Amino acid sequence: MATAAVTTEKKNYLNAEYGIRSWLFTTDHKRIALLYLVSITAFFFIGGFFALLIRLELLTPAGDLLTADMYNKAFTMHGQVMVFFFLIPSIPAVLGNFLVPMMIGAKDLALPRINLISWYIYIIAGILYLHCIATGGVDTGWTFYTPYSTMFSNTRVIEAGLAIFISGFSSILTGLNFVVTIHRMRAPGMTWSRLPLFVWSHYATSIIMLLGTPVIAITLILVVLERTLNLGIFDPTRGGDPVLFQHLFWFYSHPAVYIMILPSMAVISEIVPCFSRKRVFGYNFVAMSSIAIAAIGFIVWAHHMFVAGISLYSALVFSFLSFLVAVPSAIKVFNWTATMYKGSVSFSTPMLYAFGFIGLFTIGGLTGLFLATLGVDIHVHDTYFVIAHFHYVMVGGAVMGYLGGMHFWWPKISGRMYPEGWGRFSAMIVFLGFNLTFFPQFILGYLGMPRRYWDYSHMPEWQGLNVLSTAGASFLAVGYLLPMAYFLWSLRYGKIAPDNPWGATGLEWRTSSPPPTFNFEETPIVTWEAYEYESMPLPEEVTLER
Amino acid sequence: MFDNFPLWPVGASSHSFAVDALYVFLVVVSVATTLAIFAVVGLFAFKYRRRHGREAEPIEGNLILEIAWSAAPMGLFLIFFAWGAVIFFDARTPPQDSTEIYVVAKQWMWKLQHTEGQRELNELHVPVGKNIKLIMTSQDVIHSFYVPAFRLKQDVIPGRYTTMWFKATKPGTYHLFCAQYCGTQHSGMIGEVVVMEPAEYETWLSGGVPSGTLAQNGQALFTQLGCSTCHRFDVQGRGPNLTGVYGKPVFLEDGRTVIADENYVRESILVPAAKVVSGFKPVMPSFQGQVSEEQLTSLVEYVKSLSLSSSQAPATAAGK
Amino acid sequence: MSDSSVAEHTEHADRPELRHHFADEQQQRNAAALGMWWFLGTEIMFFGGMFCAYLIYRLKYFPEFAAASRSLDLKVGTLNTAVLICSSLTVAQAVRAAQMGKRMLQVKLLLATLFFGLVFLGVKAYEWENKYKEHHIPTFDFNAKDLMRDNQHLFGLDKLQNDPHALQVREAEIQQHSQIFFALYFALTGMHAIHMIVGVGVFSVITWMAWKGRFTPEYHTPLEIAGLYWHFVDIVWIYLFPLLYLIDRRPGA
Repeated sequence: MATAAVTTEKKNYLNAEYGIRSWLFTTDHKRIALLYLVSITAFFFIGGFFALLIRLELLTPAGDLLTADMYNKAFTMHGQVMVFFFLIPSIPAVLGNFLVPMMIGAKDLALPRINLISWYIYIIAGILYLHCIATGGVDTGWTFYTPYSTMFSNTRVIEAGLAIFISGFSSILTGLNFVVTIHRMRAPGMTWSRLPLFVWSHYATSIIMLLGTPVIAITLILVVLERTLNLGIFDPTRGGDPVLFQHLFWFYSHPAVYIMILPSMAVISEIVPCFSRKRVFGYNFVAMSSIAIAAIGFIVWAHHMFVAGISLYSALVFSFLSFLVAVPSAIKVFNWTATMYKGSVSFSTPMLYAFGFIGLFTIGGLTGLFLATLGVDIHVHDTYFVIAHFHYVMVGGAVMGYLGGMHFWWPKISGRMYPEGWGRFSAMIVFLGFNLTFFPQFILGYLGMPRRYWDYSHMPEWQGLNVLSTAGASFLAVGYLLPMAYFLWSLRYGKIAPDNPWGATGLEWRTSSPPPTFNFEETPIVTWEAYEYESMPLPEEVTLER
Repeated sequence: MFDNFPLWPVGASSHSFAVDALYVFLVVVSVATTLAIFAVVGLFAFKYRRRHGREAEPIEGNLILEIAWSAAPMGLFLIFFAWGAVIFFDARTPPQDSTEIYVVAKQWMWKLQHTEGQRELNELHVPVGKNIKLIMTSQDVIHSFYVPAFRLKQDVIPGRYTTMWFKATKPGTYHLFCAQYCGTQHSGMIGEVVVMEPAEYETWLSGGVPSGTLAQNGQALFTQLGCSTCHRFDVQGRGPNLTGVYGKPVFLEDGRTVIADENYVRESILVPAAKVVSGFKPVMPSFQGQVSEEQLTSLVEYVKSLSLSSSQAPATAAGK
Repeated sequence: MSDSSVAEHTEHADRPELRHHFADEQQQRNAAALGMWWFLGTEIMFFGGMFCAYLIYRLKYFPEFAAASRSLDLKVGTLNTAVLICSSLTVAQAVRAAQMGKRMLQVKLLLATLFFGLVFLGVKAYEWENKYKEHHIPTFDFNAKDLMRDNQHLFGLDKLQNDPHALQVREAEIQQHSQIFFALYFALTGMHAIHMIVGVGVFSVITWMAWKGRFTPEYHTPLEIAGLYWHFVDIVWIYLFPLLYLIDRRPGA
């Protein structure tokens, strides 16, 4: 029955207090998660707008839609907005913030005021970046390579650098909060080996956020100092080394990609057992894989620099280590697949996103191997092959996981069910649109189309594949707009959600949908393992077979 | 493949086949793995779909399986690593007998200098079958010398030399791209590697045979020498738009006014700093020693043609 | 752990410092301490990037680094090191005083800490002013002539006297490369100074809180974790001092 008003008299975190002040000064991790949800969604659309400009320009070989400078700004800002203002915060700041305390049986994160401050820092950074866009933008590429960024670009490099520097603190404080919470706030009986894998993955992600982000912070500060004070640390005409910048930049930016994917894997680790009605196969291996990815992820950075002028021997070492880091990811994929063996599989929207994730992350991860392979990397480095690879893992992987998670926990967050038919439909549109957009780019890359090319009028034979890619992108855009629409619709017209519509294990499902402000009526005392689906009945009220 | 819709790049160096072979191996393994995973997931999703009366079986895990599917990929990865490393090692070890050619990259053109003295802009002529070693540096930002047909690229860095070697195996003309973002005209910093039979190459080394009208030759040179990257016709570039310049007064940075006659055009190409147009920076490089007298004449004729009526001019919008 | 649902939802009225989501003070203190330790870990990574740049350039341009390091005033640097170490001592003593419930002693020790912190910053400003006078600020009329004059042998300039062209090239190089040392000097000491300023700000608040009697033997967590921060900033300086001031000091040199 879809009635407009929330008829329950029970207080939950949404109706506990009203008014803008109760939101802007909240310390409730759940409300902060929603503040983040709104902000990152806004940035997703801004980043998407720049992507639209790029794909439209590339429909024709000539640079006829934008000027070269505008195009260079478009791809730069697409990358920076998507990476720093959407992907890095996304799952941790929304789903992580909302769920980690509940999953461990706590009333809030350990440092709730720091949580709120982290959102304000994100907003300040975001406003500064928007100001940068409005006053001319930046055209250095998301990677800010020197000496172009320090000595040649005439765009708002300093402002962009400072905005990203500030956003890094939001990341650090989020990670700090999770680590302290997971160490110190677990409910009685919630041992490490009973933690949901979502928590393990977020723990690993937080370690990376804490140890990696400060390095990009100092790197950007050095770029800003170089530009304002003309220091010369990266200036070869004064004895500086531009390649040093690349080492410092990638030391963070490689682990950063694991910040983007581990939370998504976290979501998949929750969805797959729920919709297979059995525990995750190889829990210990999946948990340890998260830690291994975080650890090994810190020592592979120079695989972005095989042709940048590093020595032959460094290249060999980094190539080898890069293969090593692929193994724990593969382990996860195999374990999720094995989880379905002899399970009882159903095809809800979250599960469809999980299937999509497994397929697309597999392709993305395998193509990463191409890039780790030295001989092949020489050819495909800095081409569309790389663009296709990272979009497969970041969009086909991370974003699919994010959407899957939003659908899975939407009933808990909002107290409403989203319309399942539309959910499944959108999942399929996203999957198809995504592949059409990015698969042709593998071919374009091997053909030799370099990245960041505004105009390819001397190579008109590339147009066909580019047109396919743009067509896919428009499809994909629809797939992203639909959930926006029906999630909003469901807030008013969606079915009222029961406490546990999916029959999932996990402490968050033992409290009401939406949860009360302090999460639990009584602190739970945990005496069971994670994912005990054998003793979890199927939900009665919401069936999924329709 | 299809001319308008190629799916595979041509291979023209001694290195291309090795890279392609490894690439194909990677593709085959990846496709097989992907299909296998899709198949297994699909199989499980179907075979174990939710049905009344059948419960899921709780399974903790299986150590043997975990070890197997950790070790097997690792073994496969070691093969990829070793094979790739061998190719990379070879690509990074120029043979002793390589002919050296110097490359200087600058925003947004490639300047090449053969040791015999020949200078080229955005074009590299090489003989087939010879080992060529490029010694490269940049005058400003990081660029990257990329020839897809050779399956090779190398970043070109200011303040130091980097090298790249190759042996072309098929005569023809192949794209040269800049593959490291370097600013506004990054996508315009392209050129050609022209691989010639040894005899033809010798001929080329000792001077070429011009054809076409002077102005047409001039137009070709205008693009080839990179003039069009800065002297644009569609938007304001770093240099003045040359349409309608010839024969008219020009206001200079130092306050003088001169008429743009043949001498002015010739001087602007050889000693551009002598008369800098008002409102522009003195960034034009000198082409002294890089254009012969006949080439200078063609260029002057071309600039002249940009001031004639459209029926007499070869074409506008030469630069894009 | 005794939990009654009513008590859990209200602020622990009798223990206002105990926030509602913590079960007891011990948990709260542990959480705060763990948080600060991890934050200091991030600060290590932050300074680490600059240390990495320093390491690479010092290996590349050792003579220039050695000469530039020798040009720094060792007496003043040592004084500053001593000042900062004393300030860490007074902080530790202040924590001890809080543990013993001695309010006035806490305040005196915290004021001493602030005093030392400000002395440090003052001395730093004096040093920077000297850099300006010596033309050792990169790009602001930077001149390494005095380094060359005082380190002829180290730079190998004495051997190049007969070759004016090579001498000129080497001098240009020295001029360039020693700027890198000073760029890193300002970046490192500047970043450190910013952290000191933040520390002084934080401790001003802490001192006021101590004056108000907010710290008791049972609860002095803000003092403790601010103390951790202060010790960290001190330790960073203890690394910076030898790396910047003591590169190639020899007796009598």
